Amino acid sequence: MNIPLGLRAGLLSILVLALFLGAWHLATRGTGVTQQMSPEYAKLMGLTATQGKSAMPGPVDVGIKLWEHLKRPFYDNGPNDKGLGIQLGYSIARVGLGYLLAVLVAVPLGFLIGMSPLMSRALDPFIQVLKPISPLAWMPLALYTIKDSGLSAIFVIFICSLWPMLINTAFGVAAVRKEWLNVARTLEVGAFRRAYTVILPAAAPTILTGMRISIGIAWLVIVAAEMLVGGTGIGYFVWNEWNNLSIVNVIIAILLIGLVGMLLDQVLARLTRMVTFPE
Amino acid sequence: MMTEKFISIEGITKRFKTPGGTTTVFSDLWLSMQRGDFTCIIGHSGCGKTTVLNILAGLDTPSDGVVIVDNQAIEGPSLDRAVIFQSHALLPWRTVLGNVAYAVSSKWRNWDKAKVEAQAKKFIDLVGLTGAEHKRPAELSGGMKQRVGIARALSIEPKILLMDEPFSALDALTRGTLQDEVRRICLTTGQTVFMITHDVDEAIYLADRVVLMTNGPEAVMAEMVENPLPKDRKRIDFHRHPLYYGTRNHIIDFLVTRSKSFAEEMKTNGFDRRNVPLVRPSTALDPHASPSLAAE
Ligand SMILES: Nc1ncnc2c1ncn2[C@@H]1O[C@H](COP(=O)(O)OP(=O)(O)OP(=O)(O)O)[C@@H](O)[C@H]1O
Ligand SMILES: [Mg+2]
Repeated sequence: MNIPLGLRAGLLSILVLALFLGAWHLATRGTGVTQQMSPEYAKLMGLTATQGKSAMPGPVDVGIKLWEHLKRPFYDNGPNDKGLGIQLGYSIARVGLGYLLAVLVAVPLGFLIGMSPLMSRALDPFIQVLKPISPLAWMPLALYTIKDSGLSAIFVIFICSLWPMLINTAFGVAAVRKEWLNVARTLEVGAFRRAYTVILPAAAPTILTGMRISIGIAWLVIVAAEMLVGGTGIGYFVWNEWNNLSIVNVIIAILLIGLVGMLLDQVLARLTRMVTFPE
Repeated sequence: MMTEKFISIEGITKRFKTPGGTTTVFSDLWLSMQRGDFTCIIGHSGCGKTTVLNILAGLDTPSDGVVIVDNQAIEGPSLDRAVIFQSHALLPWRTVLGNVAYAVSSKWRNWDKAKVEAQAKKFIDLVGLTGAEHKRPAELSGGMKQRVGIARALSIEPKILLMDEPFSALDALTRGTLQDEVRRICLTTGQTVFMITHDVDEAIYLADRVVLMTNGPEAVMAEMVENPLPKDRKRIDFHRHPLYYGTRNHIIDFLVTRSKSFAEEMKTNGFDRRNVPLVRPSTALDPHASPSLAAE
């Protein structure tokens, strides 16, 4: 038995997937006509009760529907019927914008907090109070002040991505090895040059770890935020399809949310590796 | 010019606040060094050697007293005083060339890239690392990292080189080679060096003077031992010199017994802090009298 671990793990993954799909298929298989009832009543009850068809779609239903979506991801038939690619695009754009704003605020502010014990002490109580607030709790306030649902969603993403980046940047900057700072000091390197030639590269892995946590949270939050604000986006899509009772589409959306989330995480993981140098 | 005080430590004291009050690591230390001198300082762990070196580097400030270098009081770190750190302190995200070039470009800020790299390469070559310029510190052995640290310190052509146990983490063979290289470089450039070591043989091989420091707290610099060995000593046979064992035994005797009892000795022999006695071991002692001991 000299099969490499990676291959064995891959085979096992496929087996788990097959088992899951099999169990899913069996559990949602129709059971045939179960009950005799008056046609009027049957009409009212729908196919579930009359023909024993499961209310849950099976993997085959989902597969067929997914293929339809994949064939034309970018169609646009008005506000309630857009391709999945467009919906995901909206969500990613909102996350990207809110997240970018958060980076622009968190990294410089984190630097300030990390480099100045005074600022660190002074701002700590605010951070401690603001950090545990659910980003969605800001939503009404955002809607009231910004008066635009799309911008409010971006604001919520901004708020929720801010804290992990801010805290990690401050920590990374404060924890830069003293001997590296001493190298810069003995070379009479000025404060600005020291910040970007020593502190930034030294703190980069910690900062990027914070950014990775943030992107994960932002992607979790965007779905909920879009359910609230409506209009566009994958979160809105899920809610809309639930209202249409299209469980197939809900399942497809769940799958895609997971895949995109994984992709975002992988991008940040790769960036983190690029700035991490072993000593 | 021989009596010119290039470095003059004038009455420095260092106190640290501790939970139980303040500890005085050392107080009222006086010491002077001449240009081109290679001075080693030896003393037991915790007596305050690194603290003295950091004050000389300008990385730490004394609680009292001043250090004057080249007629100017030290007010902070300076490119005139390069430090070779015990833990090499290379920047792991920069290559060998990048680490040395960082120092070069810090010293000569208006130099263009080609000039900076040429200077850096010159010193990388000097420590025998040509060919490894584009490696990162993680890809280097301990000895190679220490060489990069040496190249970085020398590349800025400092007036003074400060070294904190630069070779203590290395194996004996590498240590020997690096000692040879440092000695060769310092002799040819007439570098003024202040070095901390725990290795008595290293001190005798490299130093012109060995400063002996008593145990802390309240450590004092008890003696300066003038190295009686000829300047052209070689590492393979300097320990066969007739004055070698006398010198070595004097230092080891200090470390083993006098470093603890010196406080008593001070009271009776009229020890003058401002004029640390200069001792020149002259008699060849019995080579078998002392076990081969290295200071802790
Ligand atoms: N920041 C500090 N706060 C309190 N005490 C300190 C501090 N730094 C150093 N000390 C104390 O000062 C004394 C001298 O420290 P120093 O590092 O100079 O010793 P050393 O002679 O270099 O020792 P070693 O040979 O082990 O490197 C030690 O007893 C140490 O406990
Ligand atoms: Mg030390």
